[in-house]
Amino acid sequence: MSAKRQISVEVNGAPRQAEIEPRLTLADFLRHTLDLTGTHVGCEHGVCGACTVLIDGRSARSCLTFAVQVDGRALTTIEGLGPAPGMLGVLQEAFQRHHALQCGFCTPGMLTTLTELLNDNPDPTEDEVREVITGNLCRCTGYSGIVAAALDAARRLREGEA
Amino acid sequence: MKPAPFDYHAPQSLAEATGLLARLDNAKVIAGGQSLGPMMNFRYVIADHLVDLGGIAEIAGITLAGDTLRIGAMTRQRELEFSDLVARRCPLLKAALKQVGHRQTRNRGTFGGSVAHFDPASEQPMMCAAHDAVIEIASARGVRRVPFAQFGLDFMTTALAPDEILAAIEIPLWPQGHGWGFHEFARRHGDFAIVASAALLTLGPDGRIVRASLTLAGVAVVPVRLREAEAALVGRAPEPAVLGAAADLAGAIEPLADIHASVDYRRHLARVLTERALGDAAARAAARTTP
Repeated sequence: MSAKRQISVEVNGAPRQAEIEPRLTLADFLRHTLDLTGTHVGCEHGVCGACTVLIDGRSARSCLTFAVQVDGRALTTIEGLGPAPGMLGVLQEAFQRHHALQCGFCTPGMLTTLTELLNDNPDPTEDEVREVITGNLCRCTGYSGIVAAALDAARRLREGEA
Repeated sequence: MKPAPFDYHAPQSLAEATGLLARLDNAKVIAGGQSLGPMMNFRYVIADHLVDLGGIAEIAGITLAGDTLRIGAMTRQRELEFSDLVARRCPLLKAALKQVGHRQTRNRGTFGGSVAHFDPASEQPMMCAAHDAVIEIASARGVRRVPFAQFGLDFMTTALAPDEILAAIEIPLWPQGHGWGFHEFARRHGDFAIVASAALLTLGPDGRIVRASLTLAGVAVVPVRLREAEAALVGRAPEPAVLGAAADLAGAIEPLADIHASVDYRRHLARVLTERALGDAAARAAARTTP
């Protein structure tokens, strides 16, 4: 049995502390320790992208990160993307408008990944959108709606929609 | 929880990390964790101790010393991808980095971690081979510097001893105005290369090739430098027939077959991708515009 460690993180703006086993992945920490089940766990070996969260604003696969490694960091999950609890952000509304999800399993990873892209690059090309979501598998939509939603959200954000 | 239990260590200096490796049994080093993570989740790797290099600032970052690019082992792939210095002085590295995994894995994955992991289809050991990189290795016993040709030994096997840490990669830069080309075939952007080909060329004042580097990845257990084809290029004008003859030599290798591609298909890719990489390198060298 390995020694537990204490970690302090900021999750969606709120400070959280926990004593955890080192082998606990960030995905399991979010889902099981913090009950933030919006982060989905698909393949658990870094292929599907469903578990993508933002660590200090940078997208990362939470199944390939141990929770002990993010001590002191700020995390954003799907639960923290909207402007307020129960409200959708511009990118989320664009997903709804463009039918960019069907079963919804990949959606948390798509939204966190595209949130980082739109922060880095407010005016991406279609190719840039497609390239950045190569790390996220969607088996329902054929990606067209997701790409359209990302480009639409980028345009609306550039035009000042909050 | 999928990985087997382990004790976690977060050293803040290289000396502290090498001290831990010297005294702990069955310890593994974790850098970005993008290759080790899956192996631990599958329990291919069961370690009693995990030594995390993430907090060691002295082995992260990119610096230019003379004509050598020094890349700290913990430099994230993202940092190299977006580095102005890399774009300006080592554009082949930037082009190759864009093919490494996905944005999410490049945010965490490190250059040193990939070189130490040594996947035969990875672009990063390939870049070390293409540039004749020198690998700096630290342990409690001291620091040693190993030419890349003596670093990569066999399939996923390097010269690193269990108590050693890959600390930095030094890349001797090619002169301003050199030409470069990089072409890769994979089933999906970001997947490991089925075959990747990299070319570097320098032209003399008379327009003839004075120096050439040709490297393939995905064809053997280690990245392959095509020395015979490089020698055949030197002294010649970079005309299509000359480049095609060098590409023919790339297509004459004896590659490995696996579930992704047969021997014949890999030979075909090696020839075609090398011809394209060489063509790009020759055009860029002739235009004297490296990036």
